[in-house]
Amino acid sequence: MSLNHKDLLGLQFLDKKELQIILDSVQPFKTLFTRSVKKAPTLLGKTVVTLFYEPSTRTRTSFEIAAKRLSADIVNITVQASSVVKGESLIDTGKTLEAMNADYIIIRHSMAGAPDILARNLDASVINAGDGFHEHPTQGLLDLYTMYEKKKSFEGLKVLLVGDILHSRVAKSNIWALNKMGAKVAVAGPPTLIPPRIEELGVKVFYNLDEAIKEADVINILRIQLERQKENLFPSVHEYVELYQLTKDRLAKAKKEVLIMHPGPMNRGIEISSAVADSPNAVINEQVTNGIAVRMAVLYLLKPKVKKNVSSN
Amino acid sequence: MATVILESAPFAEAIVKVSKEIFDDNKNCLKELAVIGMHTRGVFLAKRIIAQLHKLGGKELQIPFGSLDITLYRDDIDDLGSDMPTIKETEIPFDINKKNIILVDDVLYTGRTIRAALDVLTSFGRPSFIKLAVLVDRGCRELPIEANYIGLKYPSKKKIKVCCKELDNIDQIVVI
Repeated sequence: MSLNHKDLLGLQFLDKKELQIILDSVQPFKTLFTRSVKKAPTLLGKTVVTLFYEPSTRTRTSFEIAAKRLSADIVNITVQASSVVKGESLIDTGKTLEAMNADYIIIRHSMAGAPDILARNLDASVINAGDGFHEHPTQGLLDLYTMYEKKKSFEGLKVLLVGDILHSRVAKSNIWALNKMGAKVAVAGPPTLIPPRIEELGVKVFYNLDEAIKEADVINILRIQLERQKENLFPSVHEYVELYQLTKDRLAKAKKEVLIMHPGPMNRGIEISSAVADSPNAVINEQVTNGIAVRMAVLYLLKPKVKKNVSSN
Repeated sequence: MATVILESAPFAEAIVKVSKEIFDDNKNCLKELAVIGMHTRGVFLAKRIIAQLHKLGGKELQIPFGSLDITLYRDDIDDLGSDMPTIKETEIPFDINKKNIILVDDVLYTGRTIRAALDVLTSFGRPSFIKLAVLVDRGCRELPIEANYIGLKYPSKKKIKVCCKELDNIDQIVVI
């Protein structure tokens, strides 16, 4: 079983076989959670650094728990309190962390491509935890794993992404990976939030949610990024709620065993109603649990470049 | 060239012998006995040992079975290059606290696999004791670990491979 990658920058860069290797590796990590000691010594002595240029609690915490369960040492750097505010460049920050023997660097950045710059300049494994509007590969993987766990196969699986596709890196990672796995992806949202020419990625576009919902096996609802509202991409939150909120009434039109997913954090009452978020179809909390196992699998499978062989002999 | 050192019939006898030793040795605590096989072939051997123990113990005896994978506990993960081993399921569907565990593997060699297995087991709880049963002891230990029950002693610098019907369609032990 070989992934043969130093970094995880995006699901665009993995082929179907590699995606399948990752998905197949998750279950053993998940069973680790059921033991009285939820830890394995796999990454003992390794150092994992999280370098977050954007706020995050969920993803950072998930990576932190994943690394700790594999016995790695983990250091969290929040940029507001680091040398970055003094003007240090991204590459210099990376080099500094590497000089401190970081083996894995997990980065979130508002600029698409920032993880790629780090990856090309460092021996450490770089994991993209979200870059601009580009990708959020571990979220994509945990979404895929949750679908795989519940639906057993991607062949012909109809996945609908709802909401702000334009600004969503989660949507991009989902689309790249799901297409390769043989699923059929559709998106639904206001025209201003659907990227132009997205059909070229093999995605079906709906502007009417009621129409889109009927066929779906999985509905992945994206967060409406309220901070984008000032860009005037939709007339009002109220209108969005009317047209695109997933409500009980709308859910009634969907297939009975449809899976409801949301990458979090949820805006209850905006993109999803509370009743739907708490319905038996929702697997939102399972996504969070799976996220830890998926990130453990990623940490296990990636290989930092070996600098020197420190051996006790 | 692979040389067969144990054919199918003595292979079966070796399992019977090991099972008998386990049974006699633990006569007073059979109720607390549990057998855990190590992936891959240890799992099949463990199941056969349980079948033998059930034969010896009669109907009342029900010995719990578990399987164990040591991948995440290996001490040589850094030396494996990018080709990471597939992690198999560790399934121990009973509480191991205060149990008498018989750990089963096919070949005992450096002892490092067993060291890892002991770590896995202690992450599940605190058994009363853990004893080790192996089909072949090949010698060349690198850690102070010995088996309690041994099917065949065969000191060898060459690799020894155990084949099981369940996986390899034949029961035999070969030197490669």
